[in-house]
Amino acid sequence: MPHRVVVTGMGGLSALGHDWPGIGAKLRAGRSGVRRMHEWDDVTSMHTRLAAPVAPYELPAHYTRKRTRSMGPVALMSTRASELALIDAGLLDDPVLASGATGIAYGACAGSAEDVVAFGLLGERRNLRSINSSTYVRMMSHTGAVNISLFFGITGRIIPTASACTSGSQAIGYACEAIQAGKQKVMIAGGGEELSIGTTGVFDRLFATSTCNDAPATSPRPFDRARDGLVVGEGAVTLVLEELEHAQARGARIIAEVVGFGTNSDGAHITQPQVQTMAGVMRQALADAKLDPAAIGYVSAHGTATDRGDVAESHATAEVFGPHMPISSLKSYFGHSLGACGSLEAWLTIEMMREQWFAPTINLTHVDPDCAELDYITGSGRELDVEYFMSNNFAFGGINTSLVFRRWSD
Amino acid sequence: MTPQDIFQTLKDTLVEQFELDPVAVTPEARLNEDLDLDSIDAVDMIIKVQELTGCKVGPDDFKQVRTVGDVERVIARLLAEQEPAAG
Repeated sequence: MPHRVVVTGMGGLSALGHDWPGIGAKLRAGRSGVRRMHEWDDVTSMHTRLAAPVAPYELPAHYTRKRTRSMGPVALMSTRASELALIDAGLLDDPVLASGATGIAYGACAGSAEDVVAFGLLGERRNLRSINSSTYVRMMSHTGAVNISLFFGITGRIIPTASACTSGSQAIGYACEAIQAGKQKVMIAGGGEELSIGTTGVFDRLFATSTCNDAPATSPRPFDRARDGLVVGEGAVTLVLEELEHAQARGARIIAEVVGFGTNSDGAHITQPQVQTMAGVMRQALADAKLDPAAIGYVSAHGTATDRGDVAESHATAEVFGPHMPISSLKSYFGHSLGACGSLEAWLTIEMMREQWFAPTINLTHVDPDCAELDYITGSGRELDVEYFMSNNFAFGGINTSLVFRRWSD
Repeated sequence: MTPQDIFQTLKDTLVEQFELDPVAVTPEARLNEDLDLDSIDAVDMIIKVQELTGCKVGPDDFKQVRTVGDVERVIARLLAEQEPAAG
């Protein structure tokens, strides 16, 4: 029998703040984290000027030079988010962290942009002047995972999940599997992303960014017929996953249970989503959770507000659940936080499930007729008593993930 | 550069690079025990010395280095070796 896996801590840094009461209030007020990036005014041939930067945050004094020298912004946010989650779990100074029984699954699209540039300059300038002892550790794709391990003295397995927009959701899924299989008792799982002109440029080159530059709060518009692309965001969110018996033995407060995970790949096209594999991954997660589609009360959509992505996702969701499934996209508030979105959406949807209120997709006023029929939550959100929800994410290169969480009730 | 200049430049560099208390950076201060610099910091310090002197520096140049004064002497030697070529 696989071990049951529960969530015992959550924490993060986001565009709308760094704790649930604050973020929840902003979701209820329909506040968007998107703003115009005047910092990019001088950039030519880029269409969008929108982004959703993380809200300002302060680091405590123990974030010393020596402990942060190997961290760029993405690793720093990932580490701080993990600290908040460990505090929430009551595990910050627990011996289990250094016992080998605690591991890390963490991801991002890549390491820090400034350090990627430093290596680029080596090729251009033909000297090593731009690189110091830690440039690589800040640049590498698993910079978050490694820095979390160093900062908290964690000695178990590290599962890097650098899979772009599914980095955070894969981290939760693979962390869950590591505990289910009895390989670890505790896993620090999540994803981070730092905003850079590069991550925005990726999508702008594909004409996939929103150009509502003069009306930042009106974009992105997931599933809306007037949507014109995504807005890139940033942040980091960590979930502490724990074997149920371990959590109960230490009297931990249990927040939710991870009951299902599925992941697959399209094997078809770098950017065109495939309805069949998207629906397939949702069915995988349901099978993993041993649940019928009817057991799911809400779906947290990937919903990036791209032209093709929303259409494909809605049809895949409708194929699995039919037209009555309540669904919304948190990206309408936070933009697309890429590596962070999977864990960000898991965190906030768990909180919404506990409050029995689910946020609407803001800016969704007229559902695109090309999108499948679903119960799109709009307006002031929805009071829903839900035992299970599903959270879906889809990444570049055709990587799909689906997670199912259960509300915890003792 | 006079020995005084070398020490001051080195001190300013170390203070800035490693966020040290200027009072602690004396010629006698031991890099590891007193200033809490480790092997990774040593790499970055050597990179800085390379920048400051314009000389190619290897780990062998720093094998016997324990104190700030030792670093100062290495810099002085590197600069002295460089001078004939510069002249």
